[in-house]
Amino acid sequence: MEVWASQLFNGLSLSSILLLTALGLALSFGLMNVINLAHGEFIMIGAYTTYALQQVAAHYTGDPQSGITFLIAIPASFIMSAAAGYLVEVTVIRFLYRRPLDTLLATWGVGLFLQQLARSIFGAPNVQVVAPAWLSSTVSITSNLLLPMKRIFIIGLVLACLGALYLYMYRSNEGRRMRGVMQNREMASSLGVSTRRVDSFTFALGSGLAGVAGCALTLIGPIGPSLGTFYIVDAFIVVILGGLGQIPGTIMAALIIGILNTLFEFGTTAVVGKVLVFAMVILFLQWKPAGLMRARGR
Amino acid sequence: MSVSYLPKSLGTFASNTLKLLAGLGLILAVACGSEAPPAPAPTSAAPAAAAVEPAPAAEDSGTIKVGILHSLSGTMSISETAVHDAELLAIEEINAAGGVMGKQLEVVIEDGASDWPTFAEKARKLLQEDEVAVVFGGWTSASRKAMLPVFEANNGLLFYPVQYEGLETSPNIFYTGATTNQQIVPAVEYLIEEGKTKFYLLGSDYVFPRTSNLIINKQLEAAGLEAVGEEYTPLGHTEYSTVISKIRAAEPDIVFNTLNGDSNVAFFKQLRDAGISAEDLPTISVSVAEEEITGIGADNITDHLVAWNYFQTTDTPENAKFVQAFQAKYGENRVTDDPIEAGYFGVYLWKAAVEKAVSTDVAAVKEAAKGITFAAPGGTVTIHNENQHVSKTVRIGKVRSDGQIDEIWNSGSPVSPDPYLDSYEWASGLRELAQ
Repeated sequence: MEVWASQLFNGLSLSSILLLTALGLALSFGLMNVINLAHGEFIMIGAYTTYALQQVAAHYTGDPQSGITFLIAIPASFIMSAAAGYLVEVTVIRFLYRRPLDTLLATWGVGLFLQQLARSIFGAPNVQVVAPAWLSSTVSITSNLLLPMKRIFIIGLVLACLGALYLYMYRSNEGRRMRGVMQNREMASSLGVSTRRVDSFTFALGSGLAGVAGCALTLIGPIGPSLGTFYIVDAFIVVILGGLGQIPGTIMAALIIGILNTLFEFGTTAVVGKVLVFAMVILFLQWKPAGLMRARGR
Repeated sequence: MSVSYLPKSLGTFASNTLKLLAGLGLILAVACGSEAPPAPAPTSAAPAAAAVEPAPAAEDSGTIKVGILHSLSGTMSISETAVHDAELLAIEEINAAGGVMGKQLEVVIEDGASDWPTFAEKARKLLQEDEVAVVFGGWTSASRKAMLPVFEANNGLLFYPVQYEGLETSPNIFYTGATTNQQIVPAVEYLIEEGKTKFYLLGSDYVFPRTSNLIINKQLEAAGLEAVGEEYTPLGHTEYSTVISKIRAAEPDIVFNTLNGDSNVAFFKQLRDAGISAEDLPTISVSVAEEEITGIGADNITDHLVAWNYFQTTDTPENAKFVQAFQAKYGENRVTDDPIEAGYFGVYLWKAAVEKAVSTDVAAVKEAAKGITFAAPGGTVTIHNENQHVSKTVRIGKVRSDGQIDEIWNSGSPVSPDPYLDSYEWASGLRELAQ
């Protein structure tokens, strides 16, 4: 019983990580149809922002474990990645909107560039972010069922991101314009919405969310120049399975993949588990090419 | 002014592309099941062919060209850059001390870019175009296996600095890292002597961990033991909560860790998060050295064990000098470790062989290399007469909270290399298996 409970928690935890990495992609890919292969590198920028901030804080306060630094790092990572995303959008992607294959190649190139840039600035070896003390504990439900605090924190962070995204999309003017452009670009444009501006903003927002993911991932994973490559394929699969342009679909897909993956892995091995999940996703897409949730007709 | 989209066709296209991507991921995962590069290798960065030391014109017969071929970009640059640094340091020292046979060494640096075909291609370029006398390079077994036919076909010379899974000898390669009987086999022996009976084998899914665990299983069997679990994860895997659940369920008393690269960071962070300390369940790692500990975070791996031939703390006068020179050149906060040391002394072994042969001719150097010794930072190393590996001291250490490693056991004297484990009865059949 405890084993299953702990596996269920592991599944939820994996889902939350998948969702966190895929959420930004759901915006840029799902809403804007930009195949952004540099998404992983925006995650990396978030992770390195956290690292850099901690280095600076440690330099001035002498305490690398300060919990406040980490909390500041979350918005800081968002801002850094969003800024990088904005820059990439206005310098590269805006010229390629009607050529998806070209955005694929161009963003892959941008990704390689960013990786090598990180290597030049921070060096090739992995760096370390010290988790604040209050995150380094476990919550014990029973003697054998221990839930790591970091994992609970990440689940909470995802919920917070979802809430913020909901408020932005449905309760703000910017968000309303974004949905307008998504639903009917020409109509929105003729009603005076600057689609250019909306595009840049949406892409920056997606990149910023990747930055938040990067910040959270420093808690549990490696922090190196190529860290984005570990998450990018899974993130794309979540978005595809969820259905393009469908945030609720993305959430469902992350839950399904996360929980199935953990179950399969527990029953077989890590490699076979992953293969099974990929195979199931491909089969599902043969059956329903639009993914779990279909975009309503426009 | 409006950018008009074609939502439908674009969407279909995007979804098709992503199916392709999903398929690619599948292929990647399956391929990792056998032996595959960890990540889509980036295209090679600009080949950094650089002559590091301008040759002083005073020497009448010019310079000797040597090659360095490591991944300076891509996922493996995490580990290989430091080895490249150490080899450059050795070459610089040699040049400052008058060179080899009075000639300055001229370095040609190439980037393997973490891509195995690139390693083969650059090795060919170094041998055929630059006509270097020797190449120092490689890290992963995949890169070595890619370069091996090139060195054999062009009769070149490669010094390979990393511990590996053994079961290989090439007439054109000198192996300065440990083979299995200088790292894994003694580590298992040590653990059995310490009373460990329930081994859990955890590794990345490629040739080195698979071969290592094959050997460990045979060794355990000979000792009347059996592994309580064996698990492989794809290279670059970052989610270990399920693996940790499995380990918990199997109740081992030691985890033998052959994970490679970034996965180690995720594994040790998550192991600690799960509330498992080294006291509860110790692990022993064979691919985690001082350099990797920096990235893992020392407090995440404190008191866990590692098996190597050299630690930065190894107490020899040569090592004090080496660490000082390395940090003086590359920075106070840089660390040295086993592959870095093996890369460093490899250059000196080659120098000694060339000076003994009074030639850089490959056949002459190989002949002269037999039995050559060098006082390396980690203790005396000697090139084996036949298999071109080196004998070196085996050390087991415990990670300190500052990221350095305390030696807790060593083999006393250098262990002679035995890549096919011919001297172990239980290992019979391995040689056939390798061929």
